[in-house]
Amino acid sequence: MTEQDPRTTGASRDATGAPADAIGLEVRPEFQHQSDVLKREKVFEIKDLSVSYADKLAVKDISLDVHKNSVTALIGPSGCGKSTLIRCLNRMNDLVPSARVDGQLLYHGEDLYGPKVDPVQVRKLIGMVFQKPNPFPKSIYENIAFGPRTLGYKGDMDERVEKALRAAALWDEVKDRLDDNAYGMSGGQQQRLCIARCIAVEPDTILMDEPCSALDPISTGKIEDLITELKQKYSIVIVTHNMQQAARVSDMTAFLIVELTADEKNRWGEIVEYDDTEKIFTNPADKRTEDYVTGKVG
Amino acid sequence: MSGGPEDRYAGPARVGAAGARAATEAALSRQPGGIVLKNRLFRAFLYGAVGVALVGLVALLVDAFIKGQPRLSFDLFTNPASQIADNAGFRQAILGSIYLIGLMVLMVVPVGVGAALYMEEYGKRGSRLNRLIEINIQNLAAVPAIVYGILGLAFIARGPIDMGKILLAGSITLALLVLPTVIIAAREAIRAVPPSIREGSLALGATQWQTIRHQVLPAAVPGILTGVILSVSRALGEAAPLLLFGAALFVTADPQPLEVGWTALPVQIYTLAAQAQPELRELAAAGIIIMLAVLLVMNSFAIWLRNRYEQKW
Repeated sequence: MTEQDPRTTGASRDATGAPADAIGLEVRPEFQHQSDVLKREKVFEIKDLSVSYADKLAVKDISLDVHKNSVTALIGPSGCGKSTLIRCLNRMNDLVPSARVDGQLLYHGEDLYGPKVDPVQVRKLIGMVFQKPNPFPKSIYENIAFGPRTLGYKGDMDERVEKALRAAALWDEVKDRLDDNAYGMSGGQQQRLCIARCIAVEPDTILMDEPCSALDPISTGKIEDLITELKQKYSIVIVTHNMQQAARVSDMTAFLIVELTADEKNRWGEIVEYDDTEKIFTNPADKRTEDYVTGKVG
Repeated sequence: MSGGPEDRYAGPARVGAAGARAATEAALSRQPGGIVLKNRLFRAFLYGAVGVALVGLVALLVDAFIKGQPRLSFDLFTNPASQIADNAGFRQAILGSIYLIGLMVLMVVPVGVGAALYMEEYGKRGSRLNRLIEINIQNLAAVPAIVYGILGLAFIARGPIDMGKILLAGSITLALLVLPTVIIAAREAIRAVPPSIREGSLALGATQWQTIRHQVLPAAVPGILTGVILSVSRALGEAAPLLLFGAALFVTADPQPLEVGWTALPVQIYTLAAQAQPELRELAAAGIIIMLAVLLVMNSFAIWLRNRYEQKW
């Protein structure tokens, strides 16, 4: 199992992993839980995905699978296209007029970029939390209620708001000031409010684009605890430039690097390795991954 | 040097500490005279610039007050226009101005905000069409009011629309006049809403219209109102286009939006100021004060609205 093709992906490991158990080979204990994640239902199946902005390639030939109720981390140096990749997953890239997406992106087996797919519906199912907390300039209550209201939710809004705030571990801090402006909250609280806002729409998957990069260590810790909590119910994809964070919260990790053309005029992101987080950080198959996670480069 | 911090040291260390201290003091002391002088000159120029602006305004106000003061009374608000200065008032002119401005705001806000929304949110930014529209709007904002008056006369009062010289036609002309200002201000306000707010809303599965309606527009309201305040101030003081078609010089019946025979404050002030009798010219000065009062009330309302919606990012 450890001596594998360096370009191994989750999908191919799934195929090779199962028969290994069947013929009774001994699997070392630290690798046992990984097959558990891989056996779960696939949420995203990404195959040879390339994204370009105005004919300039941003990421090239990305292939990876995201599994249900797991946390998948995307790590890599700046400019490697982590954010571009995650923004494809809920079609936020559609907002950039020059963006072009090639390849296949299946969500529960359905082509996300299919002709009949409405990006608005996609974003209802696949929520997103951004790098900088971006609460709406309204009350805390209104921030949460906006999502369900746009979806036409007619039920008990108070209950829905409380549920979302509780799920984001924010209820106890704000229950007495729901009508206060969200801008009066601390950065960490604002980010948890954004997560709560996302949960209130009851998505299936939550994408997080460097959710802690603007936060202090204590707020970061709270969000990380929250992520671990949330994966019981949701599938999570998180972009982070903080490797310790990826190691702490994720089940699977994809490492991306920046590739350059010979003349260094064009650059794009490519995936180097996608594997179990523990393996990426303790025993990576690719030398470049090892150099990055041990801090030799990047 | 006694009492300085270097007293703590003895011998060469003390000399060294004193030297370091002197060097720091030198670095922090005043800059050479030339730079200081330039700094002061520039400040004096800026004070002067503010002064010129203020002096002009104050002189106008004081002059109007001194000349109009003997005629100033609350009767001016309720009395109809008259050739006899003691009985004369501005009732019809005030009502005419309020109708004109009120109808104008009703027309200009939806059209101006709609155009700004199209250009900022829907139109392809930087496209040739958008740039062409942009340049045109900027040019239109600089077109003299009298040209709009001619346009109103030729196309709205007569010509293809042929409404006649009714008050509504005057209101439409004023709306056309201030529309570019409102569009430009509304665009700025919409552009000032951080893109992260739009992204946050769209990422929740809101449609573009829901995002604009519930997030972008409420956040842009203060800026849009600023544009409306500016346009109201301008339109209220505008006599030229109204004189060209419609505004009668002496009216004694209250105006109706769809009827001819109406007047407005600046038109009546203009008429009075051109009269031979000194009492009527005093009345004109009193009219200026009334117009400023009306303007103040309208603007205060808009500023109150703006402050209610003000939002810091």
